[in-house]
Amino acid sequence: MRKDHKGTSGAAIRLDNVRFTYPGGPPMIFDLSVGPGTIVAIMGPSGSGKSTMLNLIAGFEPPSSGRILIADADVTALPPAKRPVSMVFQENNLFAHLTTAANVGLGRSPSLKLSEEDRQDITQAIARTGLAGKEMRLPHELSGGERQRVALARVLVRERPVLLLDEAFASLGPALRDEMLDLLAELHAERGMTVLMATHDPADADRVAEIIAFIDEGRVAAVGLAKDFLSGYGPDAFARYVGERHANRDPALARKRT
Amino acid sequence: MSQMISGRIAGGIFALAATALLVLGALGGLLMEAAGNWNGATAAFDAYLLRVAQFTLWQALLSTLLSVVPAIFVARALARHPSFPGRAFILRLFALPLALPAVVVALGVLALYGRAGYFAGLLTLAVGERWQGIYGLSGILVAHVFFNLPLATRLFLGALESVPSGQWRLAAQLGMNARASFRFIEWPVLRSAIPGVAGLVFMLCATSFAIVLMLGGGPRATTLEVAIYQALRFDFDPARAVSLTLVQVLLTAAIVVFLGRLGASMTGDASLPLAPNRRIWRNGGETLANIVLVLLALAFVAGPMLAIVAGGLQADLVRLAGERSVRAAALTSLILSASAALLCVILSFALVAGRRALELRRGNMPAGPAERFMDSGVAMVLVVPPVVIGAGWFILLQNAGDVFTFAPLMVVTVNAVMAMPFAVRAIRPAYDAASARHEKLCLSLGVTGWNRLRLVDWPSLRRPGATALAFAMALSFGDLGVIALFGSENVQTLPYLLLSRMSSYRTADAAGLALMLAILCLVLMMAAERLGRARA
Repeated sequence: MRKDHKGTSGAAIRLDNVRFTYPGGPPMIFDLSVGPGTIVAIMGPSGSGKSTMLNLIAGFEPPSSGRILIADADVTALPPAKRPVSMVFQENNLFAHLTTAANVGLGRSPSLKLSEEDRQDITQAIARTGLAGKEMRLPHELSGGERQRVALARVLVRERPVLLLDEAFASLGPALRDEMLDLLAELHAERGMTVLMATHDPADADRVAEIIAFIDEGRVAAVGLAKDFLSGYGPDAFARYVGERHANRDPALARKRT
Repeated sequence: MSQMISGRIAGGIFALAATALLVLGALGGLLMEAAGNWNGATAAFDAYLLRVAQFTLWQALLSTLLSVVPAIFVARALARHPSFPGRAFILRLFALPLALPAVVVALGVLALYGRAGYFAGLLTLAVGERWQGIYGLSGILVAHVFFNLPLATRLFLGALESVPSGQWRLAAQLGMNARASFRFIEWPVLRSAIPGVAGLVFMLCATSFAIVLMLGGGPRATTLEVAIYQALRFDFDPARAVSLTLVQVLLTAAIVVFLGRLGASMTGDASLPLAPNRRIWRNGGETLANIVLVLLALAFVAGPMLAIVAGGLQADLVRLAGERSVRAAALTSLILSASAALLCVILSFALVAGRRALELRRGNMPAGPAERFMDSGVAMVLVVPPVVIGAGWFILLQNAGDVFTFAPLMVVTVNAVMAMPFAVRAIRPAYDAASARHEKLCLSLGVTGWNRLRLVDWPSLRRPGATALAFAMALSFGDLGVIALFGSENVQTLPYLLLSRMSSYRTADAAGLALMLAILCLVLMMAAERLGRARA
């Protein structure tokens, strides 16, 4: 495991004709190429395959064919733990009976065998995500936002070059959500990891993402610059998905909260 | 409008009173007997009683340990392999022991491990001397583990299935091995389920009657319930029966209070998803260990069942079915269990409706004592095992003439009340939901009484009612509790006939009867399950 975590940098991700089908569901085919250190917002209707694509990259679902490359290495056959990937879910990111420190510590050692240096890193990561003093709290003693901060702190100690967020902030209120996105942007500035975040809200994409990948009916339907997509220069299907209000040549409205 | 509510309340109170009369009447009979023969009752608190009480707790404790500890690991093995061929079959097989009458299971255990059992040759080789058969403590333990290992496994598996799939994914991403994921994911869930599961198993073993009656033997392997039966049927020593019964009631009451503290469900069984959608990353060594573990548990549970079938098929089933006494016993069993089931469902319905009516009437006021009794009082009947109620009435009725003529009445009422906790659990959710939906509508349209029962209640209660009916009938059909006390030449049920064939060493006959009993009970239980599932 790398110890010079100041230098953690992103890795390129490539999905090469990755096919997957849920039992009884329509076939999905994903093709995507993401440069190292990019923040990509994965957008698309419910059920379009956003989470499925992230699960394929993380290794939770096995593709029926195709290749998944991270930093030019084929990871298609690797189990989740062997992939250079961290993932944060919308909920259930923490073990309910473990303290903040232990939940973060699991990112360093899955059996919680921690060295003194590990402990320092953990304390630092907890402080970095704004949770100093809450090391010994249990998840139910934390707010929803704080719980997601713990999950981000674990991402920091895991030091993987790819971070996947599966609607990680969707259940938070708007102000809290902006706070978390800003924290994400800061961490990204420090570490430079590649981030794929599935989200429904164009404002999320607008706040942090350079690139938007639009997923529709189990395919990557379009990829482009976020500022283009959000100012109405994206494909029609994307405009229909986000609705006239956001897509209609009024960047001021979409950017109002920035 | 208030008239229709008060009608239901009256029905509920009547059902409650009838139940209370049965249970408290038995206890009253015991206390009267004790008061009338004070010296005899106190003299019965002797070394024998102490030894019996000790054995009761000791065998229950051992049975619990031997059931619960392996069940933890079997459940974990099953949880870590969410899909393999035969998994659904194993889970269904593990639900069967609960549906089998205890007499049948005792016979299956004997057919396998008994002196002349299928394994006798093998065991003789293993021990190095002639296998003496599995009687006493070891026999009781094997039978109890047969019942409770699968039950505990299903309950633990239910707990493990409640772990959100995100947590398994997290474990996979963090690279947890089997040990780490046991420590961080599985153990915390299991640990919180253990008190409830262990408590339930302990309670079932502490009040088990038919198993101990048939597999226990002599004063060294007798529990309180069997001692009560022997005191009444063989020694005719009511004073001793009274003291034994009081000890048994106090003991079970203590256990139930303790269980209530632990939050155990006394009627619980898990409903399991047969193929959960979850992937788990394991290594080869763990997979092998899990396979071995599941196969061992499977062999242990399937063994006695196969022995029941094999033994039953060896018996001369055609001759048996033609025998007059067998036919008479089967008919008696059917009539008595059907009556018990019907009575059970009627009483349960009255309680459920009465409770709901009281709840509606009080609005936002706190619940009164009658409502609370109708709510949780039903579970109290589990404190008093059937044999104890039977014993109380047996002592009370001996002053009223020939005790054995009361057999049908006693079997029907006691079995009905015993099945009530389960019936209420089946009926109440449907009734309360229907009431929440239709109550106002019925009031505004003036649909009351018989019309309401026919048009509103019946359609929504038909299925849960049938579930409760089939379940109660299966329970009563296989029961060897009250009938052991009250049975005679004139009134015999199938379990009673089985017992008497066993005691006259007509083992082949007993095996044939056991197979018939098992099949009938399984059919009823399957009907209950199917009706219950279609509703959900």
